[in-house]
Amino acid sequence: MTGWERFTDSFFNARVMAQYLPKIVEGFFLTVELAALIIVAGLALGLLLALVRAFAIRPLNWLIIFMVDLFRALPPLVIIVLLFFGLPNAGVELSGFVASWLALTLVLMAFSEEIFWAGITSVPKGQWEAARSTGLGFVQTLAWVVLPQALRITIPPLTNRTIAITKGTALASVVAVPDILGAANAGVSFSFNPSPLTLGAIAYLVLFFPVVVLGRWIETRFAWKR
Amino acid sequence: MPGPGRAPIVEARAIHKHFGHLHVLKGVDLTVAEKELVFLIGPSGSGKSTLLRCLNRLEDPSSGSVVVDGIDMLDPRTDINKARQRIGMVFQSFNLYPHMTALGNVALALRKVQGMGKAEAEAKAAAALDRVHLADRADHYPLQLSGGQQQRVAIARAIALEPRVMLFDEPTSALDPELVGGVLAVMRELREDGMTMVVVSHEMGFAKAAADRVVFMSDGAIIEEGIPSEIFTNPSHERTRAFISQIERH
Repeated sequence: MTGWERFTDSFFNARVMAQYLPKIVEGFFLTVELAALIIVAGLALGLLLALVRAFAIRPLNWLIIFMVDLFRALPPLVIIVLLFFGLPNAGVELSGFVASWLALTLVLMAFSEEIFWAGITSVPKGQWEAARSTGLGFVQTLAWVVLPQALRITIPPLTNRTIAITKGTALASVVAVPDILGAANAGVSFSFNPSPLTLGAIAYLVLFFPVVVLGRWIETRFAWKR
Repeated sequence: MPGPGRAPIVEARAIHKHFGHLHVLKGVDLTVAEKELVFLIGPSGSGKSTLLRCLNRLEDPSSGSVVVDGIDMLDPRTDINKARQRIGMVFQSFNLYPHMTALGNVALALRKVQGMGKAEAEAKAAAALDRVHLADRADHYPLQLSGGQQQRVAIARAIALEPRVMLFDEPTSALDPELVGGVLAVMRELREDGMTMVVVSHEMGFAKAAADRVVFMSDGAIIEEGIPSEIFTNPSHERTRAFISQIERH
C-alpha cells in the first residue's frame, strides 16, 4: 500500500462510509434539532435579558450582568458536564440531549445578551431624544426606533457567535448524545476506521455552510438604504 | 417683549440646572408669548441649549417651574408624553430615524402616539412634508437626502403633531452653507403661519430679519434681552457687545 492508498482507505473507505451513513444521517437530524432549539431559546432569552437591562433597574441589572459573565466565562463543555453529571446529585436527572441544549442555550443567551445590549447602547442618544420629543414613551421608543436599529447593528456579530456556539453541539457527544460527532465516533470505534469522521465533517459542512451564507444574506438584506 | 393681550405659551421661572458640580443654569426666567419668535444667543456653554431642553423636559431642571400652554411640565402627575406633543423640537443633528422613509419618520408619532390609522397618518405626514417642500422625497430614506432636506423632514416630523410651540436647537449648525437657506426659508414660513418659536442659533441675519426678541445668555444666566436691532447694534452689556462683535467678524 502506498501512502496515498493508506490515506484513502483510512478516511474515504467507501464500504465503511456506506455502512455508517444511516447513523450519520440520523445524527445530522439530531444535530439540526439540537442546534435549532439552542438558537431559538438562546437568542430569545438573550434579547429578553437585554430588553430588561434597558429599563436600568439596578439590582436586576447586577443579576443579569453576573449571570451573563458567568456563562461567558465557563467553557461550554464544563457546563454540559456539570448539568449532566452534577445535577443528578441534586435529584434532577437530565438526558444528555437536554443537558447539552440547556448548557449551550445559556451560553448563547449570555453572549447574545451582550451583543444585543451593545446594539441598543450604540443607537445614538439623539434617536431617543427625537422620539421622546414627539411624545413616544420609553417602551414605544425602544420598540419602534431603537430596537430596529440595534438589531441591524447586531446581525454580523450575532451570526458569528450563533454559529460558533451552535457548532458546540458536537460537545453533546461527550454525554452520549448520538449527534453527528457522536454517531461518527461510534462508527470509528466499531469499524476501526476513521472514515465515518469524514462523513461527519461533510455533514457539518452541509449543515453550517448554508447558515453562514444565510447570515451573509441577512447582513446585506438589512443594510441601511442609501 | 410679550406684548399686551398675548397669552404666554412658555413660562419658565427660576430655572436652575446642575450637572454634577456644574451649575449650568442659574435661575433663568423665560416667557414666550403666542406667535412670538425668540432667539437665544450666547457663547457655547452658556446654557442656551440646556434651557431649551428644559422646556420639553428632555432635561429635568434641578429647580424652578416650566409651564407650556398651561401645562405644568414638572408636575409628576403631568402626562409628559401627551404634553410633549404640544412642543415640537428640531435638533442640530436632525436625528431622523434611519430605518424609516421620510414619510415613515413623520408618520410614526401620528400613528403610535396620536393613534391614527395608517392611511390617515400618512396623509397627514404627506401634508407636513409638503409644507417643507419635500412632498417628492416622501419615499426617500434619510441617508438618501441632503442635510438640509433631512432637517426639513425633521421639521415636518415636529409640525405634523400640530404643536403650540417649536423649539429649534441650532438647526443649521450642522449644515453646509449652501443648504442653510432652505431650512431658514421653511422656518420663516412657519413664522408667517403664526408658529410660536424658540430658536437657539447663531444665524444673525435670520435673527435680525425674523426674531421678535433676542435673548443673550452667558454663564447660565440671561444677561440682556430686547428687539434684534437693539441687541445687535446697541447692546448695553459689555459681554453682549463682545459676543456680537465676535459673531459678526465671521
